[in-house]
Formats: sequence, structure tokens, C-alpha cells
Amino acid sequence: MSTETWTLIIVAITFAFYLYIGYMNRVRETAGFYVAGRGVPAIANGAATAADWMSGASFVSMAGLIAFLGYDGAVYLMGWTGGYVLLALLLAPYLRKYGKYTVPDFIGDRYYSNTARAVAAIATVFISLTYVAGQMRAVGIVFSRFLQVDILMGVIIGMAIVAFFAVLGGMKGITWTQVAQYTILILAYLITAVAISAKLTGNPVPQLALTFSDIAVRLNQIQTDLGLKEYLAPFQHFSQLNVLFITLALMIGTAGLPHVIIRFYTVPSVADARKSAGWALLFIVILYTTAPALAVFAKYNILNSLNGKTVEDAQSIEWVSSWQKTGLLKIEDKNGDGVLTMTSDKATNEIVFDRDIIVLSTPEVAQLAPWVVGLVAAGGLAAALSTAAGLLLAMSSAFSHDVYYRIMRPDADERQRMIVGRSTIFVAILIAGYFGVHPPGFVGEVVAFAFGLAAASLFPAIFLGIFDKRMNREGAIAGILTGLIFTLVMIILIRSTRLLGTAEPILPSFLGVNAQGVGVYGAILNFIVSLVVSRMTAPPPEEIQHMVEDIRVPRGAGQAAAH
Amino acid sequence: MDKKQDRAQAYWKANIRLIAILLVIWALVSFGAAILFAVPLSGLNVGQIPMSFWFAQQGSMITFVILIFVYAWLMNRLDREYDVHEEGEEETS
Repeated sequence: MSTETWTLIIVAITFAFYLYIGYMNRVRETAGFYVAGRGVPAIANGAATAADWMSGASFVSMAGLIAFLGYDGAVYLMGWTGGYVLLALLLAPYLRKYGKYTVPDFIGDRYYSNTARAVAAIATVFISLTYVAGQMRAVGIVFSRFLQVDILMGVIIGMAIVAFFAVLGGMKGITWTQVAQYTILILAYLITAVAISAKLTGNPVPQLALTFSDIAVRLNQIQTDLGLKEYLAPFQHFSQLNVLFITLALMIGTAGLPHVIIRFYTVPSVADARKSAGWALLFIVILYTTAPALAVFAKYNILNSLNGKTVEDAQSIEWVSSWQKTGLLKIEDKNGDGVLTMTSDKATNEIVFDRDIIVLSTPEVAQLAPWVVGLVAAGGLAAALSTAAGLLLAMSSAFSHDVYYRIMRPDADERQRMIVGRSTIFVAILIAGYFGVHPPGFVGEVVAFAFGLAAASLFPAIFLGIFDKRMNREGAIAGILTGLIFTLVMIILIRSTRLLGTAEPILPSFLGVNAQGVGVYGAILNFIVSLVVSRMTAPPPEEIQHMVEDIRVPRGAGQAAAH
Repeated sequence: MDKKQDRAQAYWKANIRLIAILLVIWALVSFGAAILFAVPLSGLNVGQIPMSFWFAQQGSMITFVILIFVYAWLMNRLDREYDVHEEGEEETS
């Protein structure tokens, strides 16, 4: 059977499976819709969080990104995992004890203010919307690349699937579908990584092969010989200061992302919330420690197979000619010396490959059976769909629960709230789909925006709400607004060539830190402004101080859940 | 009442101390070993690769997972010691 047939069969089977799970987990009440009735076991919530977390982009592009950045790729590896430590130690257990539905819920109640609630809801919708725009695009691309349907059709199929289990099952349907999606995506990733690891190094465990075989050192040697940047040496692509700031911004941002935080409302107890963060990170780290190994293997293999070969020799390799056709791999003997040479200069470089090729071409390079290619396609789709579903729920709950129910219509009954919940998630899917087909110019800036804004606005407000009993409404609102506006303005100024169309960036960096790391300054400003303003204004009311004391101890989490 | 509040404060202090210790380790393996001391640690090896590279792309992440499970385990013990654990919760680790 051909690769296309296998892909079609495997994708169809996995989709039918998700639809079945979504149907089985349909819900009738808001507690089920927003927080899956708080009945999700710690380990299942961990797998769902991991699927929620790992997007289509991180499944397809992350290993490629690391292959290009070498050592400095660590900003993403450490940044996107270290945030879970902050989440587990500083936020998750207390938010679970508090026991409501959303992030704006906590901020609105803790700071006894509907203004704070509305600001948090706007931040949630904005962060999630930026993020989801890239996800629907990824769904379309995977469909079009593996199944030869056009991107529009791909996005529509993806939207229909997500709509089915999200509208019907809310958080419960999404959670159990994500557990299935994690299984598919990790299997696809590991099968290919293990195969190429065994083929190139003789050691089937990618993490061990990276550390104990000499393949990383050989890759470093090839790069040095070619005059490329050293693979194993730090700070070749970002300055030390930027590596520090980007890593920290991604960590704090991760801990402040609403769609990740609300996952910890779904477990039965505070102890489960702590443990669940551990499971989530374990499941994420299985992929994140494999990715740098895959990066080294694939890059070594491409350079070793192509560099110094004649064009004819290179084209006789089967995977080379098939990837050349997609345009993701370009080889051209520009200086006419008969052999291909990779250089660091765009004008003379004769081997150009897209970073997505690192993961996508691995099954063919390692000569795996055609069904593995189908599994990789299903894995990429699982990653993109699960992340999109989680983001859509975070977005619609911020609107339907916090804005509609808590601010506009506190007298709405259960049935009306369910109707609004379902319809906002449906509208959110349509908006996301629109962005998938007509991607806005800022898709490349998503990382800077989503993480920078989460780091500078939501994280400090939640953290201070738990750890600083004296923090009050005035301090928190002033802090959130300062952090949000500062970070937004800085990112726009630093990335003005892309966002405003200026010829030169209006601001090259802020005190030596680029757009991806500037959220750290935003967070620091937020902390300073919050603390200063809160100490100059009246302390929070007595009952709020009692509420803070109450969320600090686990006992009684079950009752709080009853709402 | 006062005694109960004292106990709650002692529990919170013990929790903060544990968080502080674990976050120092969190910072050492990431910001320390992989960024601030990346250049000096490049001279040492783990297996075949430089120690700083290993921490940057493997070791820090593995440590993060261990830190969370250690926190969950120690906090379960602390909850029981101060009698603030959740009702009907069986001892798990």
C-alpha cells in the first residue's frame, strides 16, 4: 500500500476514535463543561496537559529549530519546561483549592473587583487568540502536505472535528480526547526517533545516544570545518543576556498561560494538582529530551549525506529527490565546482533545508515502513488539534463564564449559561478557522506576544494574590495594566518591521533584550508597581484576607468544588 | 483559635522554605549550569558532550520533573504533619 493510503487510513481511524471519545463524554452541566466535573485523575490530567501544551508547531518544528540554533535552542527546551516547576510550586495547588472555573474568576474574586476580572478576561482572550491562530494554520498545513487536500479544506475538516468534541463535551470531552491524542503523538515521535537513533549510532535510546555516542561531537566538527557556527558552544545565536531573559520569559509565561492553568481545576484534590503537574511535565519531557537528540541525528545525517557530494550522487538518494519535490530541500551547485558545499552565507550556500524537514523526513531517512509516515501525520494532527481545543475552551470560558455570567448576567440560570458556553466556543472555532485560512502577519510573533503578555500580566497577579496577603485591588490592577501595556508596546517597537511595516526596527532592543525576552522586564515592572501601589492604598477587606489564608491550606478542597 | 492560627502560620513557613530550596535547585541547573556558567562548564564532559550542553538540553529538564514529584511527596507529608490534609485522602506518594 502506498504512503498516502496508509496516511489516510491512520488519520481516519484516529479521528473516528476522537469523535467516539467526544460523544461518550458529552456533558449537561457547567461544572462538566468548564472543569470536567473535577473528576479527572492526576495522571490523565497530566497526559491531557501535555497534549494541550505540545502544539502542532512543537511536534513538527521544534527539533528543526534546535538543529538550527544548536546550544542556544535550549532557551525553548528549558523555557517551556521550567515554567511547570513554577506552576506546580507557586500556583496550581492554591488555584485548585480556591476551586472556581477560570483564571479571571480567581483574579476578580481575589481583588474584589469586576474591573480586575474584565482586564484578566481580556488578557486571557487575547493571549489564547494569538496562540490559536497559529494552531489552525498548522492543522491546514499537515492536511495539505500529507493528504494532498488544499489548506482551506484541511482547516475546515480540523474545525469540524474540534467543534464536535468541544461544543458537545466541553472540558470533559476535550480532556479525554487529549489523553488519546497524547498517546498518538508520543508514539509517532518516539518510533521515528528510536529508529533513526539505532540506525546512526547503534543505540536505540535517543537521549543516551546523544550523550554517550560521538555523534554530537562529529556534527560539531563538521560544522566547524565548514565554517558554520559551533553546535555545542553556547551563545552563538543569542547573547548570554538574551538567553537568560528569553528562558526566564518563557518560563514565567508558561506558568501564566490560562489554558494551562485551567487544566489544574479539573483534578479532584490539591494533592492531585501537585502530582498532576509532575505527570504533565514528565510526559512533556519525554518528547522534549528526544527533540534535541533527533535534531543532532537529522542534521548530521543531512550534512553527512549531502556535503561534498556531486549533484547527481545526491539526487540518487531516494529521500533527497522526494523532499526536493516539496521545495523543503534545495540543492544547487552554485559555484559550478561539481560538488555541494554548505556554507553560512545565503549567497553561496548550496544546501538549503526547511526546519520542518528534520521531523517530517526522518521516517524516510531511517527507511521506516510507509505506515510510520502515516502515524507521524496523525501525530502532528493530534498535537495541533489538542492544543487548539484547549485554547478555545480557555477563550470561551473567559467570555461566557467571566464576562457574561459573572459581570453581565449574574442571574443567568444553568441552561442559559450552557447555551452561551457552547455558542461562544463555536464562535471561537470560526474565528480561529478564519485565521487559519487567512493567517495574520503576526503568526511569527505569537511566541513573543503570548508568553510575554502572560508573563507580564497574569503570572504576577496570581502569584501576589496567593503569597502577598496585603496585595489589594488598586495594586493588582495598576500592576497588570503596567506590565501588559509595557510589554505590548515593547514587542511592537522591537518587531516593528513585521508589525508596522517600518524599514528598520523602531527600537532594536530594550536594554539589550529582544522581543522574546522583554516580558521579563514587564513582569518585574508589574511586581514593583503592584507592591508600591498596594502599600500606599487601603488593605484588602477582612474576608479577602481570610480567603487567602484558606487557599493556603489543602483541607476543604472538596467542598469548594461544590460551588 | 490563636493556637490554630500559629499552626497555620508554621505550616505556611515550612511550605515557603521548601519552595525556596527547590527553586534554588531549579535555578542552579538551568540559569546556573546552562547559562551563567556555560563557558567554564564547557570544559567538563558528560559522556561525550560538554557538561553545560548536557544541562542545557537534557539535565535541566530531567531535574525539573524530579523537583515537582519531590515537592508533591514532601508536601503530602507536611499536610499530614500539620493536620491540614484533605479528608478521605489516602496516603499516596
